[in-house]
Amino acid sequence: MKGLLEICYLIGSVTFIVGLKMMGNAKTARKGNLIGAFGMTIAILGTIFLFRTEHTTPSAFKLVLIFGAIAIGTAIGWLTAKKVEMTKMPELVSMFNGMGGACAALIGLTEFQHNIGNPTALSFIVAGMVIGTISFSGSIIAYLKLSGKLDKPIRLPQYNMLNNIVLLAIVVFAVFVIIKSTGLPLAIIWVLFAVAIVYGVLFTIPIGGADMPVVISLLNSFTGLAAAFGGFLYDNKPMLTGGILVGSAGTLLTLAMCKAMNRSLTSVIFGAFGGGSAAASGDSVTGTIKDIQVSDLAVLLNYSKKVVIVPGYGLAVAQAQHVIHELEKLLEERGVEVKYAIHPVAGRMPGHMNVLLAESNVEYEKLVEMEDINPEFEQTDVVLVVGANDVVNPAAKTDPSSPIYGMPILEVDRAKHIIVNKRSMSAGYAGIDNLLFYDPKCSMFFGDAKKALTELVAEIKTL
Amino acid sequence: MEIFDFFVQNREMIYFIILAVFVGIEVIGGVPTVLHTPLMSGANAIHGVVIVGAIIVMLDTEPDNIFGLALGFLAVILGTLNVVGGFVVTDRMLEMFKKK
Repeated sequence: MKGLLEICYLIGSVTFIVGLKMMGNAKTARKGNLIGAFGMTIAILGTIFLFRTEHTTPSAFKLVLIFGAIAIGTAIGWLTAKKVEMTKMPELVSMFNGMGGACAALIGLTEFQHNIGNPTALSFIVAGMVIGTISFSGSIIAYLKLSGKLDKPIRLPQYNMLNNIVLLAIVVFAVFVIIKSTGLPLAIIWVLFAVAIVYGVLFTIPIGGADMPVVISLLNSFTGLAAAFGGFLYDNKPMLTGGILVGSAGTLLTLAMCKAMNRSLTSVIFGAFGGGSAAASGDSVTGTIKDIQVSDLAVLLNYSKKVVIVPGYGLAVAQAQHVIHELEKLLEERGVEVKYAIHPVAGRMPGHMNVLLAESNVEYEKLVEMEDINPEFEQTDVVLVVGANDVVNPAAKTDPSSPIYGMPILEVDRAKHIIVNKRSMSAGYAGIDNLLFYDPKCSMFFGDAKKALTELVAEIKTL
Repeated sequence: MEIFDFFVQNREMIYFIILAVFVGIEVIGGVPTVLHTPLMSGANAIHGVVIVGAIIVMLDTEPDNIFGLALGFLAVILGTLNVVGGFVVTDRMLEMFKKK
């Protein structure tokens, strides 16, 4: 039955490539995902029923265990993925990634004892275990950060140096275990496992919230790499194809995300921003802030020709996607041209805001990307910024000392009026003051996005 | 020269890896920013293929090694979470793009 298994594995490998390719295009993306899932099912079923070597001892009991585990995993995974709110998606992806990493780590932990004295196999086992473990503990920290349970970056003194020392220690330790495995106590692999957990935590905790998407993407490619090492160990083609594919594609995606935020990968990992000393270094701004009443704002919007809405994560948190769509429809009825300006990293991840707005039925064509909308601000009467902050901060262009200096922003200050809806004057995710609020053309419209916008819609209806 | 022996013995594997790395880069090239999140999530589901390794661990473990079986059992659960959760959440994201 070896031949049939090879065919299953071939199908699996090819569907991963084809599926991932199709996911790169909005039209074919959903089908691509399903194709990948189909290939995965074939590869899994093939392994369960057809993978037989001189080491395997299949039994009915084991099959029950395997299917039991799959049933438990499917039930939990399916329910969580179906139930989660779209705003919480990034942390969920991080959590699932951590599970994959933990799976790779457990494989290494169990296989270690069977391969004592075989340096080649051990190097795959130890590498897969260490990388999987780092991805696991790192992803859990990323999850906690994104879900707000751990909101401040934690910087130990000299954390870069400390991290590098721990990493070096892991490498030396790992090489030692691989070469000198005979005679070492089996528990040594658990010590290495513990150190790798610590490193994953140390690696992720200093990184600021705004950089989390990049970190998740990076950890995602780590898990891919860990899967690939499993593929080496078992000479298993779908694990190799899937793992290497995700490892290389994930690395490229990480770099693309960095580029969208105008950050280099090294500055994300070694010189994180988001609070701490970096935030304090920006010049503190002085000036006055105006606020605007809902009745005035209703009139202003109603008699505008062109309104651009800049949605941010705050909008999603307040669950105001539906109200904003209502506002957009109402204004369109009154003859106002309405568009949405989408910053590449609006929300918590690139493309996150598009998903959120699509969920509330906003037309795809109305979502305009940064490069295309920036020249239009000149002819825009009102820019309505809802729950966005850092992506409209002019300091990114004007203040070299600002931690977000150089990040491409939506140039809303070129519009005739700027209205910013915010709950309070607190700083954005990067933890820095926003010069825009002090612009003479800018007025603040304070209040919870959903409540404030609902009032605004009601007010416009009376006009 | 052990290192040369390694290359000779694993020649096909090395070619395979290099080509797979390029396929990964090629496949992702030119993807619009909008699709970064679903793509990352989809890739996340695909590395769940590590579950295949967990199943092999289960099949390989001696039937009386309860600790080994327990670890394998846990690994299969975690791998399934990665696969199923990954594909389902990606599908949910992409469903919204398709409606238009």
